[in-house]
Amino acid sequence: MDILQLFVSGLANGCVYGLIALGFVLIYKATEAVNFAQGDFMMLGAFITLGLTNDQFWGLPFWISVPIAIASMGAFGYLLDMLVLRRMFGQSQVALIILTIALGFVLRFAAGAIWGHEPISLQSPIAGRDVRFGGLVLGLDEVWVIFVTIFLTVILYFYFNRTRLGVAMQAASQNQLAAYYMGIPVKRVHSLIWALSGMVAAVAGILFASKGSIDPSIGLLGIKAFAAAVIGGFGSLPGALLGGIIVGLIEPFASYYIAAGYSQIMPYLLLFLILVFRPHGILAQVHRKKV
Amino acid sequence: MSVVVAMTGEEVRPARDVVLSVRNIESFYGPIMAIRGCSLDVMEGQIVTVLGANGAGKTTLMKTISGVMDPEKGQIFYGGRDIAGMSPDEVVRMGICHVPEGREVFPLLTVEENLAMGAYTRSDHAGIKADTDMVYTYFPILAERRRQAAGTLSGGQQQMLAIGRGLMAKPKLMLLDEPSLGLSPILVKEIFAIIRRLNKEQGVTMMLVEQNAKVALEVADYGYVMELGRIVMADDAKRLLQSKDVQEFYLGVQTEEAQRGQKRWKQKKTWR
Repeated sequence: MDILQLFVSGLANGCVYGLIALGFVLIYKATEAVNFAQGDFMMLGAFITLGLTNDQFWGLPFWISVPIAIASMGAFGYLLDMLVLRRMFGQSQVALIILTIALGFVLRFAAGAIWGHEPISLQSPIAGRDVRFGGLVLGLDEVWVIFVTIFLTVILYFYFNRTRLGVAMQAASQNQLAAYYMGIPVKRVHSLIWALSGMVAAVAGILFASKGSIDPSIGLLGIKAFAAAVIGGFGSLPGALLGGIIVGLIEPFASYYIAAGYSQIMPYLLLFLILVFRPHGILAQVHRKKV
Repeated sequence: MSVVVAMTGEEVRPARDVVLSVRNIESFYGPIMAIRGCSLDVMEGQIVTVLGANGAGKTTLMKTISGVMDPEKGQIFYGGRDIAGMSPDEVVRMGICHVPEGREVFPLLTVEENLAMGAYTRSDHAGIKADTDMVYTYFPILAERRRQAAGTLSGGQQQMLAIGRGLMAKPKLMLLDEPSLGLSPILVKEIFAIIRRLNKEQGVTMMLVEQNAKVALEVADYGYVMELGRIVMADDAKRLLQSKDVQEFYLGVQTEEAQRGQKRWKQKKTWR
């Protein structure tokens, strides 16, 4: 029973990491930029929901604030690309990376200024309740996280394979020049991908906030999610989820079986081993780009 | 409007409409001038070829027409409008489709998805379906491989896919950049036969950039020769094929004059 509960809570954590990692990979695949503010996007999504829902702020019903938060993170991603990142076109990748790191700091302190730096709990209807399957007691929040992640994965799968815009997003990331020749508006597609990854981050943030209290520094979880994306294979969407789940599962088992202090090393030890022995990650999509 | 004067001196314009008229365009890669005042006309229903050595500016010319690059100067008239500086998706919507050099398929998408992306600017589902079937009748191999990732196709099949994907935009004018690149002679023959058929049967006007001058001139109605960003010759394809200069520089035919010249190779004729 203990093992099963560890497994479920690890899986739930892993789903959150996986969703953040998904945001990294979405943007990387489409624009070859790495958005180091992805964790802070997640934090911002969580805080927008909290600011709308909690009684000390706006006090809206949870199920109304969730779609507002997701939509506003989508708009945030779209406008960020349209107004800021498009101007960086032609600059070096390093400049873009530094910009996203700086953006992460800005978001962290802006959130701190608005909602405070102290940990707060989201007043979520799924927090702090249990579900029982026979003798097994699981947190409702954890079950929710897993189901929402599965649901979102299915939606994204159909979106990328069955809709015209989804296939166009794939096309633009596989061969940007050819996408231009086909009349695909590549710049707008890029902005839409930033919007999509903002929305995915918002979902991750809401799920994470339902599992415990949050403060503006939870954006640093992005580092762990980045490791997860690398483990899974940077550039592969299923790989990002898989990497997230692996990291999520390692943590509780490591802390259960290995002495405290050493257990936190495990995800990064795995990252290290993966980089040495399988540098493209577990589910790498290796196709060389022609110059 | 000035007309490019053929080197033979006489006017050889057939009574056809000009589809595309490029007027004195200049395009730059950073500080480097790749097109230096280039003018040419493409007549409706014809296959027009632009010949030239590496770096003559042929690809740049095509990129400028399709809107991927913007010219610094000059006009490009198409459909009664100056399309110079328009964005690529506007140009595609106006009926010009660019089949790029080196095929440039979407490697991880299936053949079918690649074709669907060619029709991205269209929304008439019945028409798209009909055109997909039309592409499959011209290239039956693509129908066989419709569920296969485009990256796994052979070079020739990828070229067919690139042309088929271009057709999906329902173009009036198709810009074909080096369709023979890296293909075996027999495949080149096959591809050019299909280009000819598409031109005759579907009425697609073609502008063809080639280094393989012989094949291109055999299939084309009219030809231009480009050197260092300028048009230096323009004539009927048949007559270009007979022209001594073209034979010597692009067809590798050793004329008597050239053979005599071998002893004095330093005096070899050149435009540079």
